[in-house]
Amino acid sequence: MTAIAGVEYTGLTALRGPLAFIDAVPGLAFHDQVELTVADGTTRAGRVLGVSDRAAVIEIFGATDGLTLGSTRLRFLGSPLRLGVGRELLGRTFDGMGRPRDGLPPPLVVEERPIEGAVINPCRREYPREFLETGVSAIDLLTSVVLGQKLPIFTEAGLPHDALAMQIVRQARAPGVEGFALVFAALGLPRPVALRYEEMFRGSGALGRMVAFINVADDSAAERLITPRCALTAAEYLAFDCGMHVLVILHDITNYGESLREVSSARGEVPSRKGYPGYLYSDLASIFERAGRIKGRPGSLTMMPIVTMPSGDVTHPIPDLTGYVTEGQIILDRALDRRGVYPPIAVLPSLSRLMSDGIGAGRTREDHEDVARQLYAACARVERARSLAAIIGGDELSEDERRYLRFGDVFEAAFLKQDASEARSIEDTLSRAWRLFADVPPADLTRLPSELIERYLPRGGAASPSRAMEVAR
Amino acid sequence: MTGPAGHLIEISGALVRARCLAPVGLNEVVYVGDERLVGEVIALDGDVATMQVYEETAGLSVGAPVEASGGPLTVTLGPGLLGGAFDGIQRPLDRLAISQGDFLGRGQHLAPLSADRLWEFRPTAAAGAMVNAGDELGIVRETDALDHRVLVPPGVSGRLADIAAPGAYRIGDRVGAIGNGAGSVDVGLAQRWRVRVPRPFRQRLRATAPMLTGQRVLDTFFPLSCGSAAGMPGGFGTGKTVMQHQLCRWARADVIVFVGCGERGNELTEMLWKLPGLVDPRTGRPLAERTILVANTSNMPVPAREASIYTGATIAEYYRDMGYHVLLLADSTSRWAEALREISGRLGEIPAEEGYPSYLSSRLAAFYERAGHVVTLGGREGSLTIISAISPAGGDVTEPVTRHTQRFTGCFWTLDKRLAEARVFPAVSVEDSYSAAFADLESWWHDEVSPDWAPRRREALKVIEEAGRVRHAARLVGEDSLPDRQRLVLRVAELFEEGFLRQSAHDAKDASCSPARQVKLLSLLLDFYHRGLEALDRGVPVPALIALPVAAALARAKSTYGDDEIAGLDALAARVARECAGAGKAETGGAAS
Repeated sequence: MTAIAGVEYTGLTALRGPLAFIDAVPGLAFHDQVELTVADGTTRAGRVLGVSDRAAVIEIFGATDGLTLGSTRLRFLGSPLRLGVGRELLGRTFDGMGRPRDGLPPPLVVEERPIEGAVINPCRREYPREFLETGVSAIDLLTSVVLGQKLPIFTEAGLPHDALAMQIVRQARAPGVEGFALVFAALGLPRPVALRYEEMFRGSGALGRMVAFINVADDSAAERLITPRCALTAAEYLAFDCGMHVLVILHDITNYGESLREVSSARGEVPSRKGYPGYLYSDLASIFERAGRIKGRPGSLTMMPIVTMPSGDVTHPIPDLTGYVTEGQIILDRALDRRGVYPPIAVLPSLSRLMSDGIGAGRTREDHEDVARQLYAACARVERARSLAAIIGGDELSEDERRYLRFGDVFEAAFLKQDASEARSIEDTLSRAWRLFADVPPADLTRLPSELIERYLPRGGAASPSRAMEVAR
Repeated sequence: MTGPAGHLIEISGALVRARCLAPVGLNEVVYVGDERLVGEVIALDGDVATMQVYEETAGLSVGAPVEASGGPLTVTLGPGLLGGAFDGIQRPLDRLAISQGDFLGRGQHLAPLSADRLWEFRPTAAAGAMVNAGDELGIVRETDALDHRVLVPPGVSGRLADIAAPGAYRIGDRVGAIGNGAGSVDVGLAQRWRVRVPRPFRQRLRATAPMLTGQRVLDTFFPLSCGSAAGMPGGFGTGKTVMQHQLCRWARADVIVFVGCGERGNELTEMLWKLPGLVDPRTGRPLAERTILVANTSNMPVPAREASIYTGATIAEYYRDMGYHVLLLADSTSRWAEALREISGRLGEIPAEEGYPSYLSSRLAAFYERAGHVVTLGGREGSLTIISAISPAGGDVTEPVTRHTQRFTGCFWTLDKRLAEARVFPAVSVEDSYSAAFADLESWWHDEVSPDWAPRRREALKVIEEAGRVRHAARLVGEDSLPDRQRLVLRVAELFEEGFLRQSAHDAKDASCSPARQVKLLSLLLDFYHRGLEALDRGVPVPALIALPVAAALARAKSTYGDDEIAGLDALAARVARECAGAGKAETGGAAS
């Protein structure tokens, strides 16, 4: 706390977009929190973006219409932005700045924490090795999430990422660990979508084990930069202080990036690619790197951000830089969606970097890694057979290739496809994969050791593809 | 020369300005604010100094004091570096964790090397001798894998007035005193060196030996020479990190400096977790004992990321000066360049391409030029090899960092997203990679390994190149319409991919491949190709050749016979000759057509 804490000032010198400029205030510190009171008595929050001996720049969270230079009063709080944290955050819904949105009084908090968080010393990180089950076959088997990982979902406009996110919210659990919680941050979601999420949280009973921060599409861009940090401050408290395993869903990072660009251009910064600021990577990293585990502390912070690829372009700066920070990606595919496959997860380009050390005997099952590799190999063959069939026609294909075409169909129908309310255990998912292998030419099962084939591969008619199709129905 | 040198007049992110009462120098280290955050002066204008701060600046206010340190940013060089983990400005992460807990605090000033640890020093120079910079005074057994030579620092020479007796010393202790006309200079176990200044050497030598990586596609097709630099661009998900970890594990270097520059925290954790358990195949000691980590993860302050690459290079040069072959792995140079861009943007400099400052290319050039095979000041031969991972924006290899790297390095390993998606590892694209070192290394391979290497390599590249063209044609007309010879080329190229290019990091026998085995495997595959061509002339159909049991054995040979089972490969060569000669005679192999 500095001497200026609580003192009121007037006299904005300029207003531009979400930024307000004032003459120098002695003692004002970088990133200090500011409260602005408008002539009509309403208040806005803000923070100091830059100070010098002549002037200071303040970023305003919330609507700036109606602000005037003369009558707006400023109060400096003498500290960076903070969020009150405590176990009572669970079950509550807040706005993008951490104010209650559910009509209830503010929760009882244990302490106030700066929302920027602190950097985990890389030497104190614990390497993430525990499996998180989403109940979605394609994710659990092929891009397994481990507690403490950051694994984004790359999607496109119009794909069922909301359904998938809601399914994960309902089903996510960590087998064998106590205390699982979720933190959801809506970043610039359209109101109807945000409303659906809120209804689902209440209706499904998920709200009891979660905290939601809602910033909708017409909330201010500057506030959107705060929302994920509030959510992560809450999540860090639950994870590293309360020892819970926390899954954070940030939806949607693309909207966040747009806001960053908006604020950056209002500040007159030099743009880099597509007008985004040069620090986009570092800024995204300051969010994503808050995921992890810490040695000697029981909890974990896992992150599944949702990134809508603008025009489906994975090389756009936001998905591109996200991909460079995060530990893999789950990619949703338009063609699968058109074929009516839910969840439309494109298996081959999806990847979980931390998977191999987090699965296997004692974590999921001994055959998990080999099954995943074999399934990848088979899917790669399907892909080749399909593109070949598109060029030279199905009749010209070899027997093996035709077999893989059929395999591809069965894979989609009996494995990939699942109901949005269906939670599959990892055992169920694995046995589905084994039933698929029954139709792979035995000579191609090179990635499965013979003792696993002996133990798990179903024999005889029960494993025929048509039977698998029946199971799917 | 301490005491407040000035007061802050502006704070804008990691960049601050102060009005100075006392003079400060360019690149001088300053302590900013009451918490004494570490900063460096990067511009001077009248009495206003612009500084970059290596720590988070939230909470700094106008008027806060700035204290001058009196010296530039330096790296502390001495025993205790090996096995250590440091941040971008060489703060010891492992000891910081002990003193301040799980999160990195601010204003922490811990010496990079432990001042209390005792090192066993054995003098090798005699008092009274004339010594020059780079001469060895004594040896400290830094780890079981490496002798740390205590050298006369650059710029110092004279008569060795005093040398410490054998015994245990701390890094701050004096182990020698060198007198000359101007007085006497104390030499300790540790010395300091300016972070951005390359360490001097006597003479640069031509690179003649390879920096072996154990990775076939690199060593055989795109070899890197000891003392040169390579760029390794790859979009996300192309296996860049796994590749860096493989190099860290298998490269034949005495010392490895790994600079994790703006990368993921969990990746460094993985290294810290796995390295102590991995054994250096050459010394039998834990790999951690030859490795130094400089870790400035993506969420740590950006100016320290900019400095990290120089910190790493200086440490690497220090071991080079002892006469070791050092490998510096930088992951990734793109994040370093972005740090440069971020600071430049805050300084309001006019950007060149994609917002990068126009001096990006000269900075990159200066960094890559620190690689070299040299005669050190003390007359030993040492080398510094740099492998720089690049993360091109959008996977676009025409972006500035990739392009400039191509200008200053002779070796370029392109990681291909399509290969990675097909789970073909290492995903090094044969079409888009190159190495200019081939000619320099030909005689090394000829003398040390086999005269077959150069001709076989040329031939294999030709087959792979031809297969690329044939595959293109096959896509248009269908494979069945191709002449037999071309169909064989396609099959043989697939065999090359499976049996030679692919190399699994998890394969117990094949994660690393010795030069001798590389040449053997290559020769076997080419042998099969030649004998296959002869068989075609005899009228044997392509499917019959490919269905020969030996073809499948060739695909698996890399995992069947390890580095110490070369005899098995010789037996396989005999089998190739026998089966190819027999092909078509008994019509045994035609079943798969």
